[in-house]
Amino acid sequence: MSEQTPAAPQETKRTGTPGGAPPADEHRRVEAAAAAEGDTRSRFGRFMGSSFGRNLGLVIALLVLCAVGVATAGDRFASTDNMLTILRLASGIGVVSIGMTFVIIGGGIDLSVGAIVALSSVWATTLATQRMAEDTHWIVMVFTALAVGVGCGLVNGVLIAYGGMAPFIVTLAMLAAARGLAELISERRTQIIEVRALVDFINGDFLGVPVLIWIFAVVSAIGWVLLNRTTFGRRTIAVGGNATAARLAGISVKRHTVLLYALLGLACGIAAVMLMARTTTGSSTHGLYWELDAIAAVVIGGTLLTGGRGTIVGTIFGVLIFMTLTNVFTLNNLDSSTQAVAKGAIIVIAVLLQQRVAARSDSS
Amino acid sequence: MSDPLLQMRGIVKVFPGVRALDGVDLEVRAGEVHCLLGQNGAGKSTLIKVLAGAHEPDEGEIVWQGEELRLTTPLAAMKHGIATIYQELDLVDGLSVAENIYLGHELAAGGFSRRGDTQREAAALLDRLGHREISPRREVGTLSAAGKQIVSMARALSHDVKLIVMDEPSAVLDQEEVARLFKVIRDLTGEGVAVVYISHRLEEIRQIGDRVTVLKDGRTVATGLSARDTPTRELTRRMTGRDIEYVFPERVSPDGDGAVVLGVRDLAASGVFSRVDFDVRAGEIVGLAGLVGSGRSEILETVYGARKATTGSVSVNGKRLRNGSVRAAVGAGIGLCPEERKSQGLLLDESVYRNVSLATLGRFARGGFLDRRGERKAAQEHVRALDVRPGDVDRAVRTLSGGNQQKVVLARWLLRDCRVLLLDEPTRGVDVGARSEIYALIRRLAADGVAVVLVSSEVPEVLGLADRVLVLREGLVVHSGPAHEIDEHRVLDLVMEGSAV
Repeated sequence: MSEQTPAAPQETKRTGTPGGAPPADEHRRVEAAAAAEGDTRSRFGRFMGSSFGRNLGLVIALLVLCAVGVATAGDRFASTDNMLTILRLASGIGVVSIGMTFVIIGGGIDLSVGAIVALSSVWATTLATQRMAEDTHWIVMVFTALAVGVGCGLVNGVLIAYGGMAPFIVTLAMLAAARGLAELISERRTQIIEVRALVDFINGDFLGVPVLIWIFAVVSAIGWVLLNRTTFGRRTIAVGGNATAARLAGISVKRHTVLLYALLGLACGIAAVMLMARTTTGSSTHGLYWELDAIAAVVIGGTLLTGGRGTIVGTIFGVLIFMTLTNVFTLNNLDSSTQAVAKGAIIVIAVLLQQRVAARSDSS
Repeated sequence: MSDPLLQMRGIVKVFPGVRALDGVDLEVRAGEVHCLLGQNGAGKSTLIKVLAGAHEPDEGEIVWQGEELRLTTPLAAMKHGIATIYQELDLVDGLSVAENIYLGHELAAGGFSRRGDTQREAAALLDRLGHREISPRREVGTLSAAGKQIVSMARALSHDVKLIVMDEPSAVLDQEEVARLFKVIRDLTGEGVAVVYISHRLEEIRQIGDRVTVLKDGRTVATGLSARDTPTRELTRRMTGRDIEYVFPERVSPDGDGAVVLGVRDLAASGVFSRVDFDVRAGEIVGLAGLVGSGRSEILETVYGARKATTGSVSVNGKRLRNGSVRAAVGAGIGLCPEERKSQGLLLDESVYRNVSLATLGRFARGGFLDRRGERKAAQEHVRALDVRPGDVDRAVRTLSGGNQQKVVLARWLLRDCRVLLLDEPTRGVDVGARSEIYALIRRLAADGVAVVLVSSEVPEVLGLADRVLVLREGLVVHSGPAHEIDEHRVLDLVMEGSAV
C-alpha cells in the first residue's frame, strides 16, 4: 500500500542536483515535491472532493429530473403547489434519512426504521393515548411517539454495542418485532385520529409553508450542525471510520453507538408524528419499506455504507431525487412498478458515479 | 555461468501522476536468493506486482528462461512458475489448509473435489517445507502468522514453481520462526528454486541473501552486489543517496530523581504475562525488549486499559487507575501510539488536524459545539513543532508517509499534554531517513518531562533510546536494568535462552 503512494513525481527528482545534494535537503525536497504534486494532480480531485463538488452530480441529477418533469407534465409539474407536494411527501422519509445518515456514517445500519415508525404511530393513536391527549394537550401524543421511537432505538443500540451483535441482525429482529407489536396493539385496524388539534397544527401552514416542510428543514439544519460542528458529529465519523482508533483515543465507542441508534429512533418518532398528521391515522402499515428508501437516499447522497464518511446535504438530495422521480412518474400516469424499476436503476447509477469520483479524488 | 532464470530490462510502469517504475533492471539466477532493497516508495511492491502478473508494464521486457514473456494475469505468472507471497497474506481464513493450498487449481474429478488426494498432496508439500505439524485439515484462520506463511509457500510449491517472490516475509515472524523460514528457503534454493526476497532488515539479507539489487525512485541504482560483503554504509547510501546510519540522539543522562509518574505493580494478564513490575519517572524512557509473543505489546495495552488485567495495578502520579478502562487511562494523561498505526491509530481518510485533535475534542467544545478555528490552530502548532511534512493540516492522513503518519499520532498526544506516552513499535514502516527524526522526537519528549515506555522488535532501537531496559521472555521480565549496562548480544541471549541474571 505504502509502495503505491506516489512519493513524488520523477521529473522533479531527476532535474534536482544529481547525487551531491546535501542529505537534509534531499529529504525536504522529496517531501516538498510530494506536496506540490498533490496540489497539481488533484485540483480536479479536490474540487470533486469538496462538499460542493461531491454534490454536483446530485444537483445535476435533480435538475435533469426537473427538466423531464417540465417537458412531460408542463405546468402541472412546475407549479408551487406541486413543489410543495413533493416536499411534503419527502418530509417524513427525509427526517428518517437524516437520522439514518448518522447511523451509517457511524458504521452501522438500521433496517427497523419503517417498523419503528409504524409502532410509534400506533402507540400514539391508541384510544387510551388519545383520551389522555384530549384531557390534557395533543403534545402528549407527540411525546408518546417520540418516546416509543427513542425506546426502540435504545434497544437496538444497547444490543449492538453491549450485546456485541451485528447491526444487521439486531435491527432485522426489531423490524419484525416492532411491526408485529404494532399489529397486536392496533389489532391490525387503522386508528383514526380524533384529536383534531394535532392534525390541524402539524398538517397546517406556517408563514405560508406547510409545517411538515418546516420540520424537515429544521431537522436537516440540526443534523447538519450536529454532524459538522459538534464533538458528537466528529466522534460519529471517528467511530465509523476506525472504531479501534477511536477507542484507543479515549472515545467511548459503545456509548456513542447507543446514542446513534437512539437518535435515529427519535427521528423515526418525529416521522411517525408527521405521517400521523398527514394521513390522520396511526397504522401498523405505516412506513412500509421506509428502511430501503432511507438507506437508498443516504447511499445516493454519497455516504459510505462502510462508515466514516458522508454528508447531510447529500442525503437531502437523495431524498429529493427519489420524491421528484415519484412525482414525475405519477404525473405521467406511470404505475408504481415502473417507478420501482427506475429507482433501482438510479441507485446503481448514482453509486457507480460516486465510486468514479472517489477513485479520482484519492489516488491511493 | 548459466543463463539467468529471469531478466527484466528497462521496466517502466506509469500510474496516473507517477512513474512508479522508471527503468528497472533485475536479473535472477536459478537457485539464488536475490534480495531487493529500497525505501518505501522506491518501487519494490510495484515491481513484484509486475512479476506476479498483477500489473502489465508499459515498457521494457521480461525474459524468462531465455524467452521473452508477457505476463498479463496472475494466472499466467503462476503457469510459468512464478509465485508471489504477499505481505498481506492472501489466504481464505474459513477454508482448510489443504483447500487454501489448492485454491484456484483444485484437484477435482468431474467438478467434485478429491478431498483425500488434496489432503495427501498438501501434507506432502508441508512435509517438504519441514512443517509436518500443520494439519492439512486445520482451518487457516486458526494458524499463527508464521503458519499462514508456510501455507502460502506450500501453495506456491503446489504449482511447479521456479521463482518465489517474498514480500517482507519476516515482518510478522519472531526470530525463531525467521530461522525456520530461512531453513526452508535454503532447502528450496538447494533444489534450484530462485527466491526474490524483500526485507527492510539488513542483517537478514546478510544471512540469507546471495546478491542484492537496490531500487531507488523507481530505478535500479545498483545490482549484483554481494549480500554478505557489501558494507551496510554502502547499501544505505545507495538506498538514500546519502550516508546514514541509525543515529540516536545524544543521551541526556537522566538524573534519576524525577518523580515516579507511572507505577506498574505486579501486573498480570492470565496466559499472557505475569509479575510485571516497574516504575517510570518523569523524563525517563523505559524500553521493553522481547520477541513477538513475549507479551510486550500486551503489557502496553493493559497499562492503557485496552485489555483487562487479572491482577495488579497501574497508577499515575500515585493514583490507581480503573482496571480495563481506556478512558480512565487517557483521563490520567496516558497516551498510546499503537503498533498497527493504520488500523488502530488513524482515521486515514480524515484530515491531519482532525486526527490530531481526536483525543482532545472536549477541549475545543463549548456545549458540544466545536471551536474549529482553535482546533485547527492548535493542531497546526503541533504539526509544525513535529515537522510533519507536508505541513498542510487539511490533507488526508492517508497521503502521508509512514514516518509522518507516526508524527500525527504523536502530535495527538502532545496536544493532550500527555504525562505518560506508550510507544509500540514507533518506527515500524518508517523509512531510514525519518527514523532518526522520530528518535530525536522521543528524546525531546522525555527531556520535556514525559515518562515514556517504548516497545520495539529492534533491539538496537531499545538500547539506543531507553534509559532503562526490561527484557521479556514468555511473559516474564527476565532482566531489568540501565540500558548502558547491557548490549545487544546479551539481550538476545536473554530473549532466546531466558538465562536470568
